[in-house]
Amino acid sequence: MFAADALPPKFQEWFAARGWSPREHQLAMLDKARAGRGALLIAPTGGGKTLAGFLPSLIELAERPPRNTPAGIHTLYISPLKALAVDVERNLLTPIREMGLPIVAESRTGDTGESRKARQRIKPPDILLTTPEQLALFCAWEGAREYFSDLRCVIIDEAHAIWPGKRGDLLALGLARLQQFAPEMRRVGLSATVNDPDLVRRWLGAGQDVDLVLGSGGAQPVVEVLVSGGRVPWAGHTAEHAMAEVYEIIKSAQTALIFVNTRFQAEFAFQRLWELNEADLPIALHHGSLSAEQRRKVEAAMARGELRAVVCTSTLDMGIDWGDVDLVIQLAAPKGASRMVQRIGRANHRLDEPSRALFVPASRFEMLECRAAADAILENHLDGEPARVGTLDTLAQHIMGCACSEPFKLTDLYDEIRSAGPYSDLSWEDFETVVDFVSTGGYALRTYDKFRRIVQTQDGLWTARNAQARQQHRMNVGVIVTPGMINIRIGGGKRPMGGRKIGEAEEGYFEQLTPGDTFVFAGQVWRYNSLVGADAFVSPAPNDDPKMPSWGGSKFPLSTYLASRVRQMMHDEREWAALPPDVQEWLAWQKLRSAIPDEGEMLLETFQRGKRFHLVCYPFDGRLAHTTLAMLLTRRLDRLGVGPLGFVCNDYALNVWSLRPMDGLDLDELFAQDMLGDDLEVWLDESFMMKRAFKHCALIAGLIERRHPGAEKSGRQVTFSTDLIYDVLRKHQPDHLMLRCARHDAATGLLDIARLGDMLTRVQGRIRHVPLERVSPFAVPIMLEIGRERAPGDAAGEMILAEAEEDLIAEAMS
Amino acid sequence: MTRFTPSACGGLRIALANVEVMLRWSGAMWLERERTLVVADLHFEKGSSYAARFGQMLPPYDTRETLDRLDRELDLLKPERLIFLGDSFHDGAGESRLAADDHRRLEGLARGRELIWAVGNHDADGPKVLPGEVIDEASIAGLTLRHEPEPGVQLGEVAGHLHPAAKVASGRATTRRRCFVTDGQRLVLPAFGAFTGGLNILDEAFSNLFAGPLLAGALGQSRVHAVGMKSLRPD
Repeated sequence: MFAADALPPKFQEWFAARGWSPREHQLAMLDKARAGRGALLIAPTGGGKTLAGFLPSLIELAERPPRNTPAGIHTLYISPLKALAVDVERNLLTPIREMGLPIVAESRTGDTGESRKARQRIKPPDILLTTPEQLALFCAWEGAREYFSDLRCVIIDEAHAIWPGKRGDLLALGLARLQQFAPEMRRVGLSATVNDPDLVRRWLGAGQDVDLVLGSGGAQPVVEVLVSGGRVPWAGHTAEHAMAEVYEIIKSAQTALIFVNTRFQAEFAFQRLWELNEADLPIALHHGSLSAEQRRKVEAAMARGELRAVVCTSTLDMGIDWGDVDLVIQLAAPKGASRMVQRIGRANHRLDEPSRALFVPASRFEMLECRAAADAILENHLDGEPARVGTLDTLAQHIMGCACSEPFKLTDLYDEIRSAGPYSDLSWEDFETVVDFVSTGGYALRTYDKFRRIVQTQDGLWTARNAQARQQHRMNVGVIVTPGMINIRIGGGKRPMGGRKIGEAEEGYFEQLTPGDTFVFAGQVWRYNSLVGADAFVSPAPNDDPKMPSWGGSKFPLSTYLASRVRQMMHDEREWAALPPDVQEWLAWQKLRSAIPDEGEMLLETFQRGKRFHLVCYPFDGRLAHTTLAMLLTRRLDRLGVGPLGFVCNDYALNVWSLRPMDGLDLDELFAQDMLGDDLEVWLDESFMMKRAFKHCALIAGLIERRHPGAEKSGRQVTFSTDLIYDVLRKHQPDHLMLRCARHDAATGLLDIARLGDMLTRVQGRIRHVPLERVSPFAVPIMLEIGRERAPGDAAGEMILAEAEEDLIAEAMS
Repeated sequence: MTRFTPSACGGLRIALANVEVMLRWSGAMWLERERTLVVADLHFEKGSSYAARFGQMLPPYDTRETLDRLDRELDLLKPERLIFLGDSFHDGAGESRLAADDHRRLEGLARGRELIWAVGNHDADGPKVLPGEVIDEASIAGLTLRHEPEPGVQLGEVAGHLHPAAKVASGRATTRRRCFVTDGQRLVLPAFGAFTGGLNILDEAFSNLFAGPLLAGALGQSRVHAVGMKSLRPD
């Protein structure tokens, strides 16, 4: 179909000299480029995907006739990771150098030095490698239109990781802008395998046609589930029972990547492995809280092949190629098949050899989930994403950026924005609302008409108010909202001075600790001494048994597909044969003592324990959806006079307990879908999830700023004041754009309301109620979770105040 | 230990230098015999000050929210005298940025009662147009009312300025609330304004003000909770 002579001689020779021949999808990408078409390449890791993306540009640039005027950027490469942009730059320089091509390729990220950035602005490279945030900054440059007028191609790497979020919204808007500057620009996407390629194509292409190019699949990965000879615990998240086995398996591998779902799990596993490490294997730790310097060190040691294992979180889900990794271990259940395929792809970046992966379930339910995930991977059944509707807070940021770059006409900008995939259905009304928000804050009380951030010129064009407004916008570009971060420094005493920084942690981490507590960080035990501003001071406490902050579960929701697989596996006794004896026995006991629900049913158990009455149900829809459901059920049970006292949720089940029995309730009525109406509205507005979502939206949209010139506002101050801002805005203008955005985000991301809605429909009329004398085998894990968590929020706060007051009164009486 | 009695209205009655005062759930102090309501650190127009200074468009509703809270207290207590204990406006130009409606409401506060503006560091000159008497400090019922607490032991002083907040613990769980703080000799009021933050009362700024053990009156959802030293935590 394609001949190697599709390549110019110089390129043919280069391939031949390396003993390679161009792969079919590499030639297909070249073909698309020559036809002037956009393309989305879907290929597994290790398939020469990056080169396939760049090859057309390299050839075009190599054959470009010399010009008199200096040329602008020809190809813009965008990666979700800074480190990846830098790494690809290095890889790209090899063919350029070896073929002696007259091509300049340079990276530009947040870490690039100012002098290099300034030079790039005057003398642009032919190929620029950068991140979505830098593109957003380019869009806010004065003179951006001219700078990009020569652009012919934009390549989005790891497109599957970018598109389904706000970064994807912002990038799509940036692409629409670039297309205005350079109408001939082609769009190229590089992606790992996805469930629905058309969704990515629509996001990438919008107005432009993007053809699909499929790389040949690599060898099937070999996925195993660790059975741990009958010692799989009833509950838990750490897989502590399996550490010795995991250690032995690490010994047998050349280099292992050990993925966990949370930073806490990473610290925990790293500590346990070192306790077992009598062979002194070089085992390292990598997660997002460690200082950048420490992470770079680990990455460099990994690249040099010096490490035998790295315990890591999603920070290593993608990025730099490490050929030596031959085993990927997932500690605790993976929660979704797509992420797992990505993680497994980190082993053996050579297509002809299968990747090896091992799942280590941390509990019996997780055993079911791991089996389901292993099956899903073999059947290539990946998790689906819903189609994307662009967010309006992101749009607000983009519009401000456009106004910083050059004056715009409202109707032209509207058309341009609708050419971005996620915004193709944007209504004029919403667009005007966002523009008004950008200009005046969008308040019914027109206080800020005289302080507008964007103003109309005499000829009716919109532009940024002044240089200060531009500068402020540029300092706050991007949609990645990091929670307020606390620096962890070594130091003690009453007035600790800036000691060495060992890393950073989200501020919530220290809210759970009291000075004097010990905790594990970066693989060591520390004593927490004090918090001063944004610095937490700690000192080494090597002989202490650390207290662990008790957040256990994964932050990733259990995917819909895995959940349904688990439900099916549970019901179909033939499937039990694949499970270890202890788990089989557990299922058999459940059948005997309570019931195993049919595939379409939801099991609901009620029983008494001590003075409390429990209602436990098993929707398998993930902790978020369960938490929302439990909150709403509690409101209903309260109205029914049952006196609910509390609840706890995990990925599989939820447990509500009360003062009075719940056996006699009409369950279909209790789980009726109308709970998603008024009850939801009222509860949502009061919830801390809403406050968190509001803060994110307000930061992205520029209502509040992360940074303003001269003074860096720390995350802590923002946390505090945004709650007050939220309360006041909610009361005085409940339909404000930012509240709309926050409700939307909270409903989708934080509360999984769509999933809850599906669940309520699914179980309507199909609730299998089993009243019990005592706790069932299935209910044991969720019973064990009681008391580990206290739900944050106003009600809990009131309880704390009341308890503290009782303490004081008791003290006064004694 | 400071003597305190919870009252039916959700407030906390305490003896301050042997004068009985009521700490209201709203964050105000009520002197019943004098029919005087005292509120500190209203910071009117704090929201709009960000627009004026940084071009940042915070919701311009903080003034009316603060006035709404104040109105609720005025309706309930019908005070004859209302004292703003300094930092009533967030900045000197705040008065000129008031929405017309909010301006009218502020004027209305002086109708039928005595309105007193003690000055603070944010509003050293007091209001220029609005009615009311501008003072540095006041003596009422044996108490001294001023914006900024004076260092050292000050028997019977009531001040604001510091925006006290308490981080209250029960077991491992904590919650952070605006609060009154007293040792029975002097009292610091919480900030009353809708956009005002709080400083932990275990911070050093409070340490040289109090002679005895602290009693915090933490503002809950419907009442003031008395909280002792043992339940207080640093941030």
